[in-house]
Amino acid sequence: MNPPAVTPLIELHGLTKTYGVGDAAFQALKGIDLTIHRGEFVAIMGPSGSGKSTLMNVLGCLDTPTAGSYHYQGIAVESLDTNERSLLRRYALGFVFQGFNLLARTSSLDNVELPLLYRGVSRKERHEKAVAALTSVGLPTKLDSTPAELSGGQQQRVAIARAIVTEPSTLFADEPTGNLDSVTTGDVMELLTRLNLDRGITVLLVTHDDHVATFARRTVLIKDGLIESDVVRAGTPLRT
Amino acid sequence: MIWNAFAIAVREIGRNLTRAFLTVLGIFIGVAAIITMVTLGQGATLAVKAQISSLGNNLLTLRPGAGFGSRASAAGTPHFTEKDAVIIEEQIAGIAAAAPVRTASLSTIYLQNARLSTVTGTTPIYFQINKWNLAEGRFFTDIDLRSGAAVCVIGPTVRKELFGTENPIGAKIRIGKASCEVIGLLVGKGQAGMFDQDDTIIMPLSALQRRMIGKTSSHDISQIAISAQDGVDSNVLITEITSLMRQRRNLQRNQDNNFNIFDTRQIAETLGATTQLMTMLLAAVAGVSLLVGGIGIMNIMLVSVTERTREIGIRLAIGATAGEVLLQFLVEAVTLSCVGGLLGMLLAFGLCAGLARLIQVPFNFNAQINLIAFLFAAAVGVLFGYAPARRAARLNPIDALRHE
Repeated sequence: MNPPAVTPLIELHGLTKTYGVGDAAFQALKGIDLTIHRGEFVAIMGPSGSGKSTLMNVLGCLDTPTAGSYHYQGIAVESLDTNERSLLRRYALGFVFQGFNLLARTSSLDNVELPLLYRGVSRKERHEKAVAALTSVGLPTKLDSTPAELSGGQQQRVAIARAIVTEPSTLFADEPTGNLDSVTTGDVMELLTRLNLDRGITVLLVTHDDHVATFARRTVLIKDGLIESDVVRAGTPLRT
Repeated sequence: MIWNAFAIAVREIGRNLTRAFLTVLGIFIGVAAIITMVTLGQGATLAVKAQISSLGNNLLTLRPGAGFGSRASAAGTPHFTEKDAVIIEEQIAGIAAAAPVRTASLSTIYLQNARLSTVTGTTPIYFQINKWNLAEGRFFTDIDLRSGAAVCVIGPTVRKELFGTENPIGAKIRIGKASCEVIGLLVGKGQAGMFDQDDTIIMPLSALQRRMIGKTSSHDISQIAISAQDGVDSNVLITEITSLMRQRRNLQRNQDNNFNIFDTRQIAETLGATTQLMTMLLAAVAGVSLLVGGIGIMNIMLVSVTERTREIGIRLAIGATAGEVLLQFLVEAVTLSCVGGLLGMLLAFGLCAGLARLIQVPFNFNAQINLIAFLFAAAVGVLFGYAPARRAARLNPIDALRHE
């Protein structure tokens, strides 16, 4: 259906990221070229220290690249200032972290409402959307529970609700199942798959777990800061 | 945006009540302590000044003995006579009045109430010299003095102890061996240090000598109260009285004075300086408590930096700008500091009012110290609440999230 000339959602050219300076400098990303289109479900895989999380953080505007170009929906992200990157995150991106990163002593409802608060959404609409999001992740009965009262899987589902309540175009999930057992891992992955299929949210998933990666339709393998392979399942493998 | 930051800050305070409470507590105690101490210190200074002036201005008291304490009434020291008082008044310029004073500690009885009171026998001018005012009745007069009438004027403490609420005027009380009619009630002057000025009975000197004591030495007097005219240098008077008394007591050049002169102005100056020193000391102590409060606030803020840095990371990750996060933290710090400061001012007001009554000093609301304490505490709270947030908000969101 899509015409071939459509602007890619994410387009990277020669992206590098270096930590430290001089002799202590460490190049985590050594030149990444990657194109991701709207609606994809991509797993970024690789061993520890391969640079997959760094790539994810740069893509999610949580970190800044050292060199190279990054276009998000045609916007040159590397030329945005701190505030503009915040606004890009606010209106287009959603995050799910390995460590959940929910506000402590804060109810599920308030956690999920938080991104809407920064968007200036009215109180009533905030409440409705947060309840809807928590219901869609299967937690309609846990609205007033604080993170300490929830299991790991439930906390991660609250985090997913927080990420999708703003209807982002891209959802970044960094080892979302890293702290979960196999049963809840299945639940969370099914949830992410459904969000991708039903709502058309582009999902970028970082994992080192082969089973988790099978939920994605495309797998990008990173090794030593470079893309080693880029495979689309049930189709022809793409070579970079 | 400000309203939004305010809403978020208020939510955040509500969510961390323990932290909020501890922050507020630090400011609260610091502010209350400094305001209370300074206000009460000033009240005490005022009270001391008022008490000193109630003793009588330019009042000199001539007493036998070489000085204060154990030497004051050394055995063998000759007493003064009524004649001494008359001579001083006549011969020394700049004296407004001089009154001979004889005091005796005598049992006083009215109906079933009995107590030991200090009874002062003197002349009518004594009331003027010592600035006594009448609440009821009358002072005794020169006629009473000449006739040796058994009449007396009593202080409020004696009235309370002997008569309770009953009207003492016209009543007869037994003093020592004789009966005496109460003709006047004095207006109270209050405590002067450890000594209750209001616990006094004053009667004509002649009556005390003849009726109450009745011994051979009854013409001796124990003190001479002298008031100087306004604007007269008390040091000059002291020198002149000293030389006159040395002459009258036949003291040789190599002999020390066997009397001393007690000058209320000197005492007033000494006490004034002392209370001022005390006020400064109290202010210093209060300043330290404010500092300790400030350090308490700083500790609470710094301890929560790790948690708050992660919180800032989360907020940045979900799309808050650094400015919004900082505004939230600023509003939070200002709100907590102001609440603490205001509560501290309220507590200080209550404490000052209560304690001032308890220790009997005047309470004057001091707006200046309230303002200073409040501003200082607010500044400490805002500084330590805001500065760590400022550092965190400058980080990349991912670094803030990873903060350990």
